[in-house]
Amino acid sequence: MTTPAAWTPPPAVPPRRLIVTLAGAGAVAGALILVAFRATLPAITAHRAAALDEAVREVLRDPARYDTLFLVNDTLVSSPPQGADPARVEQIYVGFGSDSAIAGFAIPAARPGFADVVRLIFGYDAANGTLLAMKVLENKETPGLGDKIEKDSAFVAEFTGALAPLVGVKSRQGKGTPNEIDMITGATISSRTVIRAINEAIARVRPAIERYVAEGVP
Amino acid sequence: MTPVKQATPQADLIRGIWRENPVLIQALGMCPTLAVTNSVANSLAMGLATLFVLVSSSFLVSSVRRLVPNEVRITTYVLIIATFVTIADMTLQAVVPTIHKALGAFVALIVVNCIILARQEAFASRHPVGRSVLDALGMGAGFTLALLLMGSVREVLGYGTFLGVPLFGPNFEPWVIFALPPGGFLTLGTILLFLSWIKRRRTRAAAPSVAGVPARKAA
Repeated sequence: MTTPAAWTPPPAVPPRRLIVTLAGAGAVAGALILVAFRATLPAITAHRAAALDEAVREVLRDPARYDTLFLVNDTLVSSPPQGADPARVEQIYVGFGSDSAIAGFAIPAARPGFADVVRLIFGYDAANGTLLAMKVLENKETPGLGDKIEKDSAFVAEFTGALAPLVGVKSRQGKGTPNEIDMITGATISSRTVIRAINEAIARVRPAIERYVAEGVP
Repeated sequence: MTPVKQATPQADLIRGIWRENPVLIQALGMCPTLAVTNSVANSLAMGLATLFVLVSSSFLVSSVRRLVPNEVRITTYVLIIATFVTIADMTLQAVVPTIHKALGAFVALIVVNCIILARQEAFASRHPVGRSVLDALGMGAGFTLALLLMGSVREVLGYGTFLGVPLFGPNFEPWVIFALPPGGFLTLGTILLFLSWIKRRRTRAAAPSVAGVPARKAA
């Protein structure tokens, strides 16, 4: 650029040229993004679906098959209401064993944690009121402390077979009842977030699940 | 006529990697340097994404440098940078979803990485396409190397692994602070300290009388 001492007003550029330049740049940018979006969308959608499918199978502990159910007006139905975007209706997944009996329900849950929302999915055995497994799908908790809710296999394993509603206790200070979860030392808030998210989700969908089990799909 | 040192292609390329390294010498782009270098894989992905955005933007900015009026040049550069960041973001999401998840918002924040805008304003908008691309490659490589250096130190000390492979026995107690934000500052500070120490030794070795101390054997 010119030095301050030698500064002279630059020749005026007609506004039309400025507008044309920016409009042209915007059009090119838009076209490039559109091409990239079209090219990557199938892979991104497939990755998301695969991750969810894997999580559902994991928390239902390898069901023979599973169905997607939509929660509409506190009732579980097998197809979303007409005209509604399926992705926007709350979904839970019902797993069946090889004998076609219901093996459990995979229920997604979310709750604000120590940093941002923690998203998880858990398997729920409605007949016994126990959890099958829990998997954290998304968390931004403190690396090395809070993210143990996803990475600490001992903590994750505690949810298998736990009786709902869960109660969080300090590590190794519980009474050994089946509803206790030993919280992670140094990550009390993150641990409590997981426990509360699960309890809330069960309280919310339990009536619908009980009706579904009793009556089948309406 | 011998060319000026800065004008050779090698000099354009090397400058960003060592003598004007954007992170270690210019101390630019500190946000991603501190935030996403807690593992080698994250550092590499972040470095390569930035390299891609830098090279593509420099190429385009340099190509259109005579067409863009001075008044709207920053707006145009930011638009170009943002376009390539969006493309990089979607590509990472499609190709390496787990790393994209780990990098979180920092991929989108490449838009405001001052290294990129600085190279457009200081170099690409005044030099031919070839030299601009070389300069961007050098700066991007320098940024990636600096991030890798940080990521290696922090992952080895903070998790006891390198690229996820455990290095030590089961009895190794990870030095968790290195995976946390303070570890970023500690690592960066130590690296910068070490580099200034090397620089000082070189200066002394080159001009022993300047510092008023006897020259040392090692250069």
